[in-house]
Amino acid sequence: MLIYERNSLVDEIVDLTVEYGKERSALLPILQTLQLRHKCISDFAQQEVARQLSIHPVEVYSVISFYTFLHPESQGRNIVRLCQTISCDLAGKCYLVKAIERELGIKFGQTTKDKRIKLEFTNCLGMCDQGPAMVINERVFTKVTPERAVAILNEVK
Amino acid sequence: METMQIEKTSRKGIVLFSEYVAGSAIRKAVKIGREEVLFELRDSKLKGRGGAGFPTSTKWMITAAASAPKKYIVCNADEGEPGTFKDRVLMMEHPEIVFDGMVIAGYTIGAKTGILYLRGEYYYMLEFLENHLSGMREKNLLGKNIIAKEGFDFDIQIRLGSGAYVCGEETALIESLEGHRGEPRNRPPYPVNTGFMGCPTVVNNVETLASVPHIIMKSGKWFSEYGTDKSTGSKLFSVSGDCENPGVYELPWGMTITEVLDIVGAKNTKAVQVGGASGICLSHAQFNRKLSYEDASTGGSIIVFNESRDILHILQNFMEFFVEESCGQCTPCRIGNVKLLEGVKKLRNGNYTFAEIRNLRELGQTMQVASKCGLGQSSPNAFLSILDNFSAEVFQYTSSDKHNGVNNE
Amino acid sequence: MNSKTESRAPVSQQALRVQQPFDSSQIGAMVTIEINEKKMQVPLGTTILEACAQNQVQIPTLCHHKDLCTAGVCRICVVEVDSMKTLQAACAFPITQQIKIKTSTEKVRKARRHIIDLLLSEHYGECYTCVRNKNCELRSLASEYGVDGFTFGHPEKRKHDIDKSSFSVMRDMDKCVLCRRCVRTCIDLQEVGVLEAVGRGDQTHITTFMGKPLSEVICINCGQCVNRCPTGALYTNDPSDDIWRAIDDKKKHVVIQTAPSPRAAICEEFGMAAGTSLTGELNTALRRIGFDRVFDTNFAADLTIMEEGTELLNRLKSVVVDKDTSVKLPQFTSCSPGWVKFIEHFYPEYLDHLSTAKSPQQMFGAVTKTFYAQEYNINPEDIVTVAVMPCSAKKFECNRPEMDSSGFKDVDYGLTTRELAKMIKEGGIFLPEMPKSGFDDPFGEASGAGLIFGATGGVMEAALRTAYELVTGREVPFEKLRIEACRGFEGIKQASVKLKNCVPDYTFLEGVDLKFIVAHGTANARQVMEMLKAGELNDVHFIEIMACPGGCLGGGGQPIPTSPEIRKKRAEAIYAEDESMTIRKSHENPRIKYIYEKFLTDGPCGHKSHKLLHTHYTKRGNFIV
Ligand SMILES: Cc1cc2nc3c(=O)[nH]c(=O)nc-3n(C[C@H](O)[C@H](O)[C@H](O)COP(=O)(O)O)c2cc1C
Ligand code: SF4
Ligand code: SF4
Ligand code: SF4
Ligand code: SF4
Ligand code: FES
Ligand code: FES
Repeated sequence: MLIYERNSLVDEIVDLTVEYGKERSALLPILQTLQLRHKCISDFAQQEVARQLSIHPVEVYSVISFYTFLHPESQGRNIVRLCQTISCDLAGKCYLVKAIERELGIKFGQTTKDKRIKLEFTNCLGMCDQGPAMVINERVFTKVTPERAVAILNEVK
Repeated sequence: METMQIEKTSRKGIVLFSEYVAGSAIRKAVKIGREEVLFELRDSKLKGRGGAGFPTSTKWMITAAASAPKKYIVCNADEGEPGTFKDRVLMMEHPEIVFDGMVIAGYTIGAKTGILYLRGEYYYMLEFLENHLSGMREKNLLGKNIIAKEGFDFDIQIRLGSGAYVCGEETALIESLEGHRGEPRNRPPYPVNTGFMGCPTVVNNVETLASVPHIIMKSGKWFSEYGTDKSTGSKLFSVSGDCENPGVYELPWGMTITEVLDIVGAKNTKAVQVGGASGICLSHAQFNRKLSYEDASTGGSIIVFNESRDILHILQNFMEFFVEESCGQCTPCRIGNVKLLEGVKKLRNGNYTFAEIRNLRELGQTMQVASKCGLGQSSPNAFLSILDNFSAEVFQYTSSDKHNGVNNE
Repeated sequence: MNSKTESRAPVSQQALRVQQPFDSSQIGAMVTIEINEKKMQVPLGTTILEACAQNQVQIPTLCHHKDLCTAGVCRICVVEVDSMKTLQAACAFPITQQIKIKTSTEKVRKARRHIIDLLLSEHYGECYTCVRNKNCELRSLASEYGVDGFTFGHPEKRKHDIDKSSFSVMRDMDKCVLCRRCVRTCIDLQEVGVLEAVGRGDQTHITTFMGKPLSEVICINCGQCVNRCPTGALYTNDPSDDIWRAIDDKKKHVVIQTAPSPRAAICEEFGMAAGTSLTGELNTALRRIGFDRVFDTNFAADLTIMEEGTELLNRLKSVVVDKDTSVKLPQFTSCSPGWVKFIEHFYPEYLDHLSTAKSPQQMFGAVTKTFYAQEYNINPEDIVTVAVMPCSAKKFECNRPEMDSSGFKDVDYGLTTRELAKMIKEGGIFLPEMPKSGFDDPFGEASGAGLIFGATGGVMEAALRTAYELVTGREVPFEKLRIEACRGFEGIKQASVKLKNCVPDYTFLEGVDLKFIVAHGTANARQVMEMLKAGELNDVHFIEIMACPGGCLGGGGQPIPTSPEIRKKRAEAIYAEDESMTIRKSHENPRIKYIYEKFLTDGPCGHKSHKLLHTHYTKRGNFIV
């Protein structure tokens, strides 16, 4: 990481502590914001957060590893999460999986070569009445058919 | 990109979906006073809608009675139970009753801060809910001296989860709010004594809080007339799976499963999962059971399976869910669920002995009593109930069968 | 002193933190309970585990540890409580009302057995080859609670590689039972924060920041996690094979020095109760298994006192007389390598406060390969120096690149108490039966002052015995030379001695109140450093810090288990041995006088001793690359 990138990250984290405070309870909001903006929370960022909140870096890492939506490493520009839980499964999730994997040429759990899309499974999204459901970054798509899924993914930059 | 279809149906229902004017219950609560609110609540016999079914009035009374400089009210909108989506509907369609419920709770127990813990998957609601809160602040339904009542200060902040089912467990939720891993705490002490930041805290489900304004407006007695003796009022059921009209239904407690199946248009039903992944799976013979705390209890999730479904496939899906979503803290749940999953896979490829299955059954019973929190205590429910209720199907395979089992997603 | 540990520790691991679930004004009130149908009274807030222990009812435990806050994660301690549907963890359940407890019903027995079965189903390891064979809590639980087979299977493959990167601590996570004692140790007790639970569900495991090897993160090598691990998942880097090889090599001259704490604790490795020093027996045993010379580390401890004490007086002089602002006070002790690494990482800006004197182990190595080699005409190249230490950080210390002032690696191997006990057993010796014998010359005599280095406050007490006498010409004014203010296990102790009627050289100290602080455990060290940072300690002159709780006697290489009671017994053994000595003050040790006459001719802190006995430190900082 370049020095100026580091410096701007430090500034950003300091700003976040101004917004959320320096208590431990500010940890998750800070991490969530960093994840949203940078698509990952790098080891440098983790240590800086730890320093600002006076906790140990390993505690930050431990918290990140607990929550599915937080990542210590960059996953790709867009994270596609397909619901794998029962109602969506009944609604035909497996056809979606096959179509998406075929179209992108990667398996779930992998990232496309150009880092455009990371495919992940997730658990129930609370859209069970409109399954199969899928989230791309923060947007939810419901009643996704294989054809529509592929069309949506092609639109993602 | 068109995203999801937000239903704009205007629902009608007996309690939650009945008429309500935003802010009216707050005014009435302040007028009748704290004690009267608690009495109404007691008369309503309202029990928690999040799953555990603890009497809400008791929870509030303990917290109201605690002498502590700070108290909190937390609305549990982590709705992670597979097949549950009623809180989503409530918050999107009736944020006013949810938030009014929180304000009344704050007033009653003497909390100045309310926190809505919104699951990360519902991030798209954040802006909508924040806007609603701003609106309430403008109308003086939040903030300082609410509805011009001196000293009635209360505000609500929204905190997001980040994709962990177990954070719906109230103590795990509090851990998460405090910036830790969402690992359930030892209880006692309970949140009503030692909750968020060590202060007395009421954690209530979205639906529980949404019931409160109606109870205040129309009295606890009115509420208790719906439903059964021990399960009063109405309940939002999230119905999904093999039926014509999946969705959220407001029904009084005490209906049989057959009745519900009729309403949602389910045909050729083989099994019904009541209470989500952590609930029980009922077969035809039990469809006359009543949905209520005392019989077939549920936080709202009802998943319907028709004759074409492979029951072991379903069970495997549930067990995979728990293996992933266990917080990994305590031994029975962390390793126990893995063993149950292995057992299901063995059943599917016919590669099991009855002795093994007996051991797993006993293990399931141990998990129910020895796990640290509700997740591990309820995760074997599906396994045990399916073994009991669908034994013919469960034990149909032998290893020589080339069943398409294990690899079949 | 109230530690701020509580706010830092993961809350999930502090069940009884913050408010108690009962009215605190009622503390002391008694509750009547029933355990297995026997009625009894216990104070409100007692845990079920404590109540059972007081009434001779055994409850198995795994994640519970007396030094640590409650976790309640292993669930092995579950019991039945009437009125509750589920079983309750005895270690985490505070009694607040009249309850009836049953500790051995069918449900409970089954649950315990299932839990052990489950742990074994994930436990890759063979007891025969395990360091903790015979002293493993998991293994004992399996044998005591009726486990007679692998009900839920047994792994055949490794899941994790063993982390052998550290000089001190090895991690074999395939033997980990996720009790998280190491996490609570490292985060709460030591406040270093190396280990945490990472991942969720079946992926949960204990690891370091970003899963890096231990050598790349900020571990101070204190080994406290090892001492509290119930299994063989954490262990120290054992050099005994190399030492055997050196012993077997006829060309090598293998010398061993033994520190006071191992001598006071090694009895525990041979099945004896804590609290008996086996110094004489150990000397004989070491000779029998083939060491060429057996020396007493206390000699080097006396040397340390001379150097460090002189350094303190020099600093005082520079500050008081010369008004030299570049000289820093308070001076910190530097004998604990865990503490040295701690300050290098976390408070590098205060390194100037750290005494430049090496630790006794390293001084010993340096004089062995120089002075001893000369006197006895041995080629230093052929000398192998082994140090028996209570400490795992000593292994790191002897491998520091700067520790080569003799022209060789000053100390070749740091060996812990546990590892030495293994060597002695391998040598076919039952230690308690050995006849006693003394140490070898020229480092065969030591004072009681060097001996008490083993307990927290010991260095301070030893230094005061010498410094006071140097400055005033009189003995410290305490009965039997016991400086009680330095003793005991309070986290941070603060006291002072008035210097009066000083001898001519030290008149500048006339009337000075010599203020000192003693702290043990790095959590307390951190607190002292924060006080220093806040400017609260400007009038303090000397601070002793030991990285391990209890001082060296609670070191990471000491026999397992450890608990406050065991450490107290070890301390008693050390203080008793001190009082049985004829020489109680470092400067009175004739061997010390001899070495300054013959070898370190320009005196303490002179040119030669600076080269051999003093060192410098590295500003490491706390950024993990
Ligand atoms: C694993 C687990 C997950 C839970 N998830 C939720 C949830 O998503 N929403 C919820 O309201 N309650 C959930 N609960 C129940 C809560 O622990 C708690 O009982 C509830 O929030 C209390 O509110 P109530 O009294 O209004 O039901 C969960 C419990 C467990 C054990
Ligand atoms: S039962 Fe499961 S989720 Fe609950 S504490 Fe134990 S491991 Fe965590
Ligand atoms: S850790 Fe314990 S159970 Fe495991 S191999 Fe070692 S002695 Fe055996
Ligand atoms: S040796 Fe000490 S610092 Fe290192 S991991 Fe263990 S307890 Fe932490
Ligand atoms: S390494 Fe040892 S102390 Fe740490 S969690 Fe594992 S078994 Fe427990
Ligand atoms: S099961 Fe897929 S959204 Fe609920
Ligand atoms: S010893 Fe009580 S839960 Fe582990």
